[in-house]
Formats: sequence, C-alpha cells, structure tokens
Amino acid sequence: MKLETHAVTKRFGAHAALDGASFTTGEEAHVVALLGPSGGGKSTLLRVLGSLLVPDDGHVSIDARSLPHDEDGALKERRGNGFVFQGYNLFPHLTALQNITLPLREVHGMAETQATQRALELLHRLGLAGHEHKKSGQLSGGQQQRAAIARALAPKPRLLLLDEPTSALDPVMTGEVLDVIRELAEAGQNIILATHEISFARKVADWVVFLAAGKVQESSPAVDFFTRPQTELAQRYLEGLSKYR
Amino acid sequence: MLGLFALATATFYAVFSAVAYPWNWSGVWKYRHQFGYGWLTTMGLSLVAMVVSILFGFLLMLGRRAPWLPVRMGCGSVVELVRGSPLLVQLLIGHYIIAQALNIDQPLFTGVILLGCFEGAYLAEIFRGAVESISASQLEAARAVGFGKVQTYRFVIIPQALRRALPGTTGQLVSLIKDSSLLSVIGIEELVQKVKIMNAASFAPLEGYLPLVVAYLVVTLPLSYLARRLEGRFAYET
Repeated sequence: MKLETHAVTKRFGAHAALDGASFTTGEEAHVVALLGPSGGGKSTLLRVLGSLLVPDDGHVSIDARSLPHDEDGALKERRGNGFVFQGYNLFPHLTALQNITLPLREVHGMAETQATQRALELLHRLGLAGHEHKKSGQLSGGQQQRAAIARALAPKPRLLLLDEPTSALDPVMTGEVLDVIRELAEAGQNIILATHEISFARKVADWVVFLAAGKVQESSPAVDFFTRPQTELAQRYLEGLSKYR
Repeated sequence: MLGLFALATATFYAVFSAVAYPWNWSGVWKYRHQFGYGWLTTMGLSLVAMVVSILFGFLLMLGRRAPWLPVRMGCGSVVELVRGSPLLVQLLIGHYIIAQALNIDQPLFTGVILLGCFEGAYLAEIFRGAVESISASQLEAARAVGFGKVQTYRFVIIPQALRRALPGTTGQLVSLIKDSSLLSVIGIEELVQKVKIMNAASFAPLEGYLPLVVAYLVVTLPLSYLARRLEGRFAYET
C-alpha cells in the first residue's frame, strides 16, 4: 500500500498535534512504523490515517484514494479498518467473545452463528481458548490486548492500526503481543504501528515515518532509517532508545 | 437489615408503652377498604409516573447533550426550573391554570404527568452524570469498531451508564412514591388523603399514620432490594 499525506494539520484547542505533516511512502509499504518522541504526533497521525480523526487541514490518501473529510464518509472509511489501542479499550460489560461478535453483527451485518464462528476462530488463533466467556476485567493485560487485536481483525480489515499496543504491558506480555503482530505482518496484513519498541520495528517494519513536534522529520525505507538516519533528531532518538537494549 | 427492623419496632413499642398511648384500632378497621383503595391509587399512579419520569429524564439528558446550543440551553433551563421550584406550586399552577386553559379536566392525568416531569428533571441529571462518566477511551473504541452515534449509545454508553445510574435512580423512584402524596392538593384521593379523611372521622390519627408507614415501606423496601440485585447482576470490573 502507498500512504501519502500533504500538509496535514490537526489541532486540539490551541495545541497543534499535527502541524503540517507531509510524507509519502513507497508503493509497496506493508508494515509502516510511526516512530518518534512522545507528544510528537504519532498517535494523532495514526488516527488520521485510519479515519478515526478528520484533519483540520491537509490531504491524506491511501493507494491514491483520498480520505473523506466529512464525518459520514470517515465512518464508512474506518469501518474498513481495525484499531488497537494502548489501553486495550475492550468493552468491559461484554465478554471477550461478545466484544468481537457485537461489531461483526451490528456494523458488518454478519449473522450470529457466522460471527461467533469467526470470533472463536480468532480467539483460538491468538491463544485465548478457554477465555471466550470472561469479561475484560478477568483477563490479564496481555490477554486483553490479544482480545482487542482479535476484535480489530475480525472484519478482515484492509488496514490494521496499532497505537503503542505494548506500552501498558510487562515484558512477558509485550512478547506475547509482539509475536501476534509479527505473525500478522508475515501473513501479509497491512499494518500501521505507532511504537517505542525500536528493535521490534526494526524486525517487522518495511517503512518508517519519524515524527517530532507535529511534523514528519523523516520518511524512508526501514533499512535506510535504521542504518543511516538523515536528521540529527532521528539519530539522537535512535541512540537514546538503543542505549539500554 | 431485618435485625435493624426488629430493633426499630421494639424501640417504637417501648416508647409508646412509656406514654401509655390509648390505642383504638376500630376506626381504622372500619375504613380498611378506603385505605386499600388509596394504596392502590398511590401505587398505580406512582407506577405510571415512574415511566413518565424515566422517559422525560432520558429525553432531557439527551437534550442537555445535544450538539445544538438552543436545545442544550432549553433543556438545562427546564431542569433548573423544575428542580428549583416546589412540586406543590407546580401542581397547583399545572392543574388549576395550565390544564384548565387546555380544557383538560382529568386531575389524575395531569397529576401523573406533573409528578413524572418533576422527578424526571432529577433523573435527567442522574442519567447525565452516569453517561458523562463513561470514559473518552470507551467512546473512541466505539468509533473505532465502526459504531454510529445511535449504536454507540445503544451498545456502549447505555449498558455501562445504566449500572452507574441505578443507585441514584432507585432513590429518586422511592422519593417519587412518597412525593405522590402531594397530589391530594389537586383532588386526587391517594393514600395519604384517605388516611387524613379516616383520621378526621375516627379521631385516632396515629392508628392511621402507622399503617401508612407500613403501606409505603412494603413497596419501597422491595424496590431498593430489587435495585441492589440488579446492580449485582450488572456488576463487572473496569
């Protein structure tokens, strides 16, 4: 897939989370990593690319298709995407299974039996067999995040967007979740991933967009970014992150 | 709970024995059918008023969250005016002025609507508090799975807000049952009015008022109990 943004601006009150962000990926970017310091605009850019947020200004296209700027168009667009958040954001009043089947039935018009079948298949694939009927409060962080990934994958999204999916997890659970994401990437799922897991991004991503202060500082193939970062900001960021790992 | 009840009864009994109150239950017994009729009236109109109050409260809550400023301000003013003025005055003006002007001569109908609106204004704020306590990340998750506005309310906000609104709502509905006694001012012979008539005839006020307490408690206590059971059923960890 090819991602393209031109002068994208998104303000929250007086603060511009994205301040004229522009970049273009290669034609065949498969797993795009959004890297950069906290508060740099990664999460906001991820939401804009997934049509979860509509930019105040600027232009976004995916495979030469422009993303709509109106709320109805954005809703249609994001129904084709899957989202995973840092805080899992499962619906706490529903079981793991219901978290997956409810959107399948109500948004994607799937019949109850098919939705359940699809949900069970995913839960088993992601190692959650035996936890189908637990509510999110009864699951560990890693299990919740894997259930959230299953919910995002269930409608077979064109694009899977993950916003720092392991930032709230301990190292063991982080490993569990990263394994899942890696398998998905290897199976050919289009992924956009905002993360601080630099060594994981190095293994899995084929394109890197580096953001700081609401602007795209660098956009290059992953190999180039990790071996020869162009900007001083990126160099310092990589040095700082790889210091202790 | 039952122990407390027994203790209260025992204390009551001891106090009444101390003042050597001359009990006279014959007057009350004579009016038992009137008492029963009053009780049924109170409970019947309360039940309908509850439905009215929940609907009205829900609409007001939605109005206070509407994207359109005039609707928000209008509903906000209704809540403040209705909550801020005495039910007694609302009943008098509502029945003797507004209903007359509209040519409605059904005190029971007017009374139930007015009582429902009065309690609904309180419920609107209880509902609003519950809805606004749903975190922004839940709303974002609802958007992310592709829910529209109505679906977000139906599948995410209301099921979670329901549990948070339950304790406050129960209290309000219990108040509603007791507040219904004010409807006597517009000529509805509900329970309290019946007891007053009974007392005036029998000259034994306490013998009328004590059954009155019991008549309210037999409904309000199970209501509270039912609500706690419901809370337990909706319980989940967040």
